Amino acid sequence: MDLPVIWAALIAFAVLAYIVMDGFDLGVGILFAAEHDDADRDVMVNSVAPVWDGNETWLVLGGGGLFAVFPLAYATILPALYPAIIGMLLALVFRGVAFEFRFRAFTRFGRRLWDISFLLGSTVAAFCQGLTLGGLLQGIHVVNRAYAGGWWDWLTGFSILCGIAVVVGYALLGATWLVWRTEGALQGRCRGYARGLGVATLALIVVVSLWTPMLHPRFAERWFGWPGILLTSPVPLLVAVLAWRGWRGLQRNEHLSPFLCALGWFVLCFAGLGISMFPLMVPPSIDIWQAAAPYDSQLFLLVGALVLVPIILVYTGYAYWVFRGKVKAGAHYH
Amino acid sequence: MNGWDAFHLARAQFAFTVMAHIIFPALSIGLASYLAVLEGLWLRTGRRVYLDLFRYWLKPFSLAFGMGVVSGLVMSYQFGTNWSAFADKTGPVIGPLMGYEVLSAFFLEAGFLGVMLFGMERVGPGLHFIATCIVALGTLVSAIWILSVNSWMQTPAGYIIGADGRFVPESWLKIIFNPSFPVRLPHMVMASYLSVAFVVGATGAWHLLRDRQNEASRMMFSMAMWMAAIVAPAQIAMGDMHGLNTLEYQPAKVAAMEGLFDTTKGAPLALFGIPNMKTERLDYALEIPHASSLILTHEWNGEVQGLKTWPIADRPNALIVFWSFRVMVGLGFAMLGIGLASLWLRYKRHFYDSRLLYWAAVAMGPSGLVALLAGWVTTEVGRQPFTVYGLLRTADSLSPIGAPGVAISLAAFVVVYLTVFGAGVILMLRIMATPPQPGELGPAPLPSHAAGIVPGPAMAAE
Ligand code: HDD
Ligand code: HEM
Ligand code: HEM
Repeated sequence: MDLPVIWAALIAFAVLAYIVMDGFDLGVGILFAAEHDDADRDVMVNSVAPVWDGNETWLVLGGGGLFAVFPLAYATILPALYPAIIGMLLALVFRGVAFEFRFRAFTRFGRRLWDISFLLGSTVAAFCQGLTLGGLLQGIHVVNRAYAGGWWDWLTGFSILCGIAVVVGYALLGATWLVWRTEGALQGRCRGYARGLGVATLALIVVVSLWTPMLHPRFAERWFGWPGILLTSPVPLLVAVLAWRGWRGLQRNEHLSPFLCALGWFVLCFAGLGISMFPLMVPPSIDIWQAAAPYDSQLFLLVGALVLVPIILVYTGYAYWVFRGKVKAGAHYH
Repeated sequence: MNGWDAFHLARAQFAFTVMAHIIFPALSIGLASYLAVLEGLWLRTGRRVYLDLFRYWLKPFSLAFGMGVVSGLVMSYQFGTNWSAFADKTGPVIGPLMGYEVLSAFFLEAGFLGVMLFGMERVGPGLHFIATCIVALGTLVSAIWILSVNSWMQTPAGYIIGADGRFVPESWLKIIFNPSFPVRLPHMVMASYLSVAFVVGATGAWHLLRDRQNEASRMMFSMAMWMAAIVAPAQIAMGDMHGLNTLEYQPAKVAAMEGLFDTTKGAPLALFGIPNMKTERLDYALEIPHASSLILTHEWNGEVQGLKTWPIADRPNALIVFWSFRVMVGLGFAMLGIGLASLWLRYKRHFYDSRLLYWAAVAMGPSGLVALLAGWVTTEVGRQPFTVYGLLRTADSLSPIGAPGVAISLAAFVVVYLTVFGAGVILMLRIMATPPQPGELGPAPLPSHAAGIVPGPAMAAE
């Protein structure tokens, strides 16, 4: 059995699960920039409060999993992207506590403060995740099993573009999530945001997708070479189909379809990424077999993952199901 | 120790972030179990006071849990950002254990936390109680895995060292159940329970000082004092076993805890003293003759190894270890004292009218958390200068990050943690300063949904 390949797929799944789940709840935070009314903000937060902790746990699994089964990748990517990672962690601190703090603040001023920390924490975390993605894609200089680049290697036009793309994309996920989970005036406004953000996201997807193959010849080879193009050409096509379907959903006041279409975009972009990268783990030099932990380590955790991940998916589904339905204004946290 | 180079900055950053983190898990572990007990008692007896207490303590719990999650997230990335050489070498052994922690504990807690905090009206009391129990179980499972990891770093076992210098697993059973794990786990779990017992006891006592008739305050105070009376002696006994285990596997750490430099037969126990690493002696010592030998070897003239047995480069800092150990042990005996006093007053039927006991309980409120931090400092500083005891030096564990980078991130962590967690702790204290009310309000935050007890219509789709 080729364990590193299986594990690469599992880690990719964890990261994708993180992106789609925490993506919409970070997006809800980013939309605080546009929504100022206290009651509406309560509804927005309440729509994610029961599930955000579970969403974020996929990030712990992504990091922890990397440490366990691809320690070399963990030990080179994180130092290389040090400022972006630390920035993301600090931003998540602000955002994570804001859930509880804003409802329990004793003064209006306190509440404002935690609202701002929710907004900024969500936005900065998303931006740093984009920087990380961009920094990884453009490549990390590794010598002798350790990061050997400089301070600012990760900071380029490309990584900043990725940062912006992730913020905009998450905001789109947040807006379509709220279209699904809220009603009335708030829902109407979110529909409006979703249109604007949808157009912006599509534009950014196009720019990033055109730029990525230019980073390394092997990426270009993958995308445009033969027979890779058989695999890659449907991706842009499907993106276009989803764009059309999502837009129609918004026009017809559908509740769920815009969210599903936005999720679909993320899944497709992620698949595109996979096509570019595989079998590299840390471009340009480390592939998944070089990064892999010894066979025994990978096998030991795989047994647990194969049993536990399905169970996790079941009770995560249950948690979402318990809190299904429209979130109404009015009731409050004490 | 020459100034603040990248190495010392990274250590300071790790120590700061992990010590901030461990406070919240300790509270989460203890409070989750307490809440499960309260809810169980309510379901069994139907007495309102248990539900009130449950709802009262659910609020501090939700705050502690939130802060535990975000500070823990930071920890799980720190090995990579700041200790990448350590991560590369030990990842194959401790990585999977931490992977199991995520899969078997973190997801469990996170999955059912929402139901526990917000779901009473949606799922009903029975299922809600199950959710509470699952969250409590999750915190304990998490403690098991992370302590296995930490214990392995203290007393490594079940590995071989590969050609590339990496640790390679050989026996997972030996790795997980490494020699110090069986003593460390119960000691830590009881430390969490004691921390929460004293926080709860102090809160109850504080309200009883104003209003002696408040039933909920009386109940929480009484429950906390039972915990003190039962768990404090158990903790001391466990600590003794822990010390014997450490003597067997990490004798240099014990020498540092005792402030003993020369190997001595019939070694004395120092109550006070200032270990001086330069002159290699214990200044201003106040000692009980032969006591150390008696405790450690159970013989009047037993031999105890002193720090000079090890080369200077392999010795932990005795000044810190000596004192952190005394803080922990001193507080342990103070807790025992409170527990015994409470038993005596109960017997005399003056339990609820001793202002002295109230004030003592208030003063001891933070004692559990302080002892817990002191215990970790003893453990971790005593392990130095190694990250994997005897095998991998802390100096060889570092990431290739320059001092300015680490300095900036350390400063950012300090500023952010002090403001955010400072605000959180103040919020918690303000909540705890409000007396529990009969008919305490809902587990709080009920996100309002279309439906009440009956689950709402499935998503109002297209
Ligand atoms: C999984 C491993 C692990 C775990 C569970 C802990 N530690 Fe640790 N600790 C380390 C792994 C580690 C380390 C990576 O090995 C460090 C980093 C730098 C060092 O010197 O060792 C360390 C250092 C370190 C230091 C600094 C020691 C020094 O530099 O002299 C302190 C005070 C603590 N830790 C405290 C704690 C506390 C309070 C913990 C409870 C949560 C804890 N550690 C759990
Ligand atoms: C340095 C090592 C440590 C790391 C890397 C670490 C990592 C983490 C992470 C990532 C979380 C958040 C999980 C979530 O999203 O729910 C967490 C929470 C937790 N940790 Fe730690 N941890 C460390 C030390 C410890 C220790 C020593 C204990 C206790 C014995 C502990 C017990 C817990 C518990 C019970 C939780 C869940 C409850 C809460 O969030 O407050 N951790 N830890
Ligand atoms: C008075 C009796 C006590 C004794 C003799 C004692 C003994 C010890 C010893 C020998 C260690 C281990 C150092 C090592 O080898 O790594 C330790 C660690 C520790 N102690 Fe205590 N202890 C006592 C009371 C307490 C109390 C009251 C608390 C907290 C409420 C506490 C919390 C801890 C913690 C958190 C650790 C680090 C984790 C661990 O290694 O288990 N201890 N203690």
